[in-house]
Amino acid sequence: MSTAPQAIDIDQEKGNFQMPEEHTFDAGVGLSEGVIDYISDVKNEDQWIRDFRKKALKTFNAKALPTHWASKDLEAIDFDKIRYYLASGQKPKRSWDDVPDDIKETFDRLGIPENERKFLAGVEAQFDSEAAYSNIKEAVGKQGVIFMGSTEGLKKHPEIFRKWFGKVIPTGDNKFSALNSATFSGGSFIYIPPGVKVSHPLQAYFRINAENFGQFERTLIIADEGSEVTYMEGCTAPKFDTATLHSAVVELVALKGAKIEYITVQNWSANVFNLVTKRAIAEEEATVKWIDCNIGSRLTMKYPGVILKGRKARGEVLSIALANDGQHQDTGAKMIHAADETTSNIIAKSISVGEGRSTYRGMVHMPKHLKGCKNNTECDALLINKNSRTDTYPAITVRGNKNSVQHEASVSKVSAEQIFYMQQRGLTEGEAMSLSVNGFVNDLTRQFPMEYSVELKRLIDMEMEGSVG
Amino acid sequence: MSQLEIKNLNVSIGEKPILNDFSLTVPKGEVHAIMGPNGTGKSTLGKALAGHPDYTVSSGEALLDGLSLLDLEPDEISRAGLFMAFQYPNEIPGVSIANFIRAAVQARLDEGENLVATEYYKDLYHQMDLLKIDRKFTSRSVNEGFSGGEKKRCEILQMAMLKPSYAILDETDSGLDIDALKIVSDGVNKLRGENLGILLITHYQRLLEYIVPDKVHVMWDGRIVKSGDKDLALELESNGYDWIKELAPANA
Repeated sequence: MSTAPQAIDIDQEKGNFQMPEEHTFDAGVGLSEGVIDYISDVKNEDQWIRDFRKKALKTFNAKALPTHWASKDLEAIDFDKIRYYLASGQKPKRSWDDVPDDIKETFDRLGIPENERKFLAGVEAQFDSEAAYSNIKEAVGKQGVIFMGSTEGLKKHPEIFRKWFGKVIPTGDNKFSALNSATFSGGSFIYIPPGVKVSHPLQAYFRINAENFGQFERTLIIADEGSEVTYMEGCTAPKFDTATLHSAVVELVALKGAKIEYITVQNWSANVFNLVTKRAIAEEEATVKWIDCNIGSRLTMKYPGVILKGRKARGEVLSIALANDGQHQDTGAKMIHAADETTSNIIAKSISVGEGRSTYRGMVHMPKHLKGCKNNTECDALLINKNSRTDTYPAITVRGNKNSVQHEASVSKVSAEQIFYMQQRGLTEGEAMSLSVNGFVNDLTRQFPMEYSVELKRLIDMEMEGSVG
Repeated sequence: MSQLEIKNLNVSIGEKPILNDFSLTVPKGEVHAIMGPNGTGKSTLGKALAGHPDYTVSSGEALLDGLSLLDLEPDEISRAGLFMAFQYPNEIPGVSIANFIRAAVQARLDEGENLVATEYYKDLYHQMDLLKIDRKFTSRSVNEGFSGGEKKRCEILQMAMLKPSYAILDETDSGLDIDALKIVSDGVNKLRGENLGILLITHYQRLLEYIVPDKVHVMWDGRIVKSGDKDLALELESNGYDWIKELAPANA
């Protein structure tokens, strides 16, 4: 270790495979009203949703890319070369036995551990843009919980869907929420009735399996008064030469006293643009917790937010981002305090490896007329190599003197002495790096469900392999 | 061949030479102490042998049971059987002692072989009992917020778990009060035996009252200028280090 650690090649073997594609429906390349009509026709949608999509398309076309504050790399997205809709032409599956073998093989290749596979019995799994597998666990169904693909949700439960759809994140929130509103397909729809506490986390696996294919899931979760739910989302994408756009919109509604925990572990391949809008509304005494782990992708832009709308509502964002060579993790959180005695907590940790770049953007808003509001923000960055980069942009607007805010930020480097110490105990330089990084995120991962913290550790180990040389 | 043999070792940091034709042999099973004033190269010796990248070896040999250490990476040196207890052990935030030592033990197994957790913990708790370390200790992050005594005990615990054939203890007595010194020395004495050669690096004679060495070497200006038995340490204690300067070669 006489020289400084070198920039590395990214090894994402696990996601680097591709199955033969059999798409019954294909909207072709590029985006137009015709494509929207095609999507609505295939999905046999009501007129209102067709109109909603077309209006969104206009908004999308009218909005400029946010390059005045975000990465210029966004300009590399060629919207005319993206396929906006593909479906396997299959209805959502009810049982594991019904799932086609090549899709099972995909799950196999993803290395989903046995103990997680049994969870799949109650899982909504997405394959391409249509849910290929959907089986609501009997017990959950008996409790009155609705857990299905958003397309199905729109058809079967329009009264709930329409009430909240697009209310947390309006179409025009940003260019990519508009794009999603125009082209959305897939994603989950969940409704938890009042007082129901869902004991098992609801899980979904997402896959992209078609070149040049943008995936635009739309997820809507409504937790009615006093209910509790945990939702888990994990992604691994195969590796392609051309850019792949992923632009999801996730809306959460936690009504009075409800609790929603939304967990994401993502490992996108290095060509993916992952531009996601995630936001929640928390009513009185409701709690929303976003746990967000971003590994991989070319550019991720994601700032999960909570609008603290009711008294004593609580919002939390725990985020981990790992940016390797050629990757930019632009992540953070938004906390909009809109009622008295609301509290928010943001803990963000980022790791930059090689020429990887991580950016934290945090927005905390507390208007003057409120009292008893609290925010705590901690953002810690770890730099692995000399050419790694991190930036922090906190935007905290606190007015009035009846609220309190705490902000701490740190940037640290893995020191040569620390690595030497670990090497003296017999660990290779790579193992030492990996252990340091896992230690750095440990206080956050401890709060994750077991299988996710194990998976995350495995992903970090994979990323750190060969990060030194 | 069962010895740590250092022959005419020349080591520098940057352009600055620190060790000058340093030679020393520690047979397995013996405890040798190296004493000397600050800045004579005692700690450099330890770090150079452990393969620290800041130290450049320009000539000489360092053989561990006949195996040359000089072209090996620090982790290879460790796995070959050389352990160093650091004077200032590094903190590893978020990594528990149990997990850290476990990773180090795992690193010594053949590829494909997995550590048996129950056996590992049995050994860990046994060694902790010997060192009078509380069980709760294992869940704390390595060296983070440790007192001086805790840090040194943690070093000796790692040594006990990794079972090296040679160990360098770099100023293990520094920062310890008398009680902590006794506990740490006790631990080292328990590990002492025919399968372990120990090189104690120390500034003070005090440590040698508790860990009685087979040989004492006095270092000055990057080399050993006098060797003797444990009484040499007492001599240094009463006379100070000034007189040894006279022993240094005129050209040094």
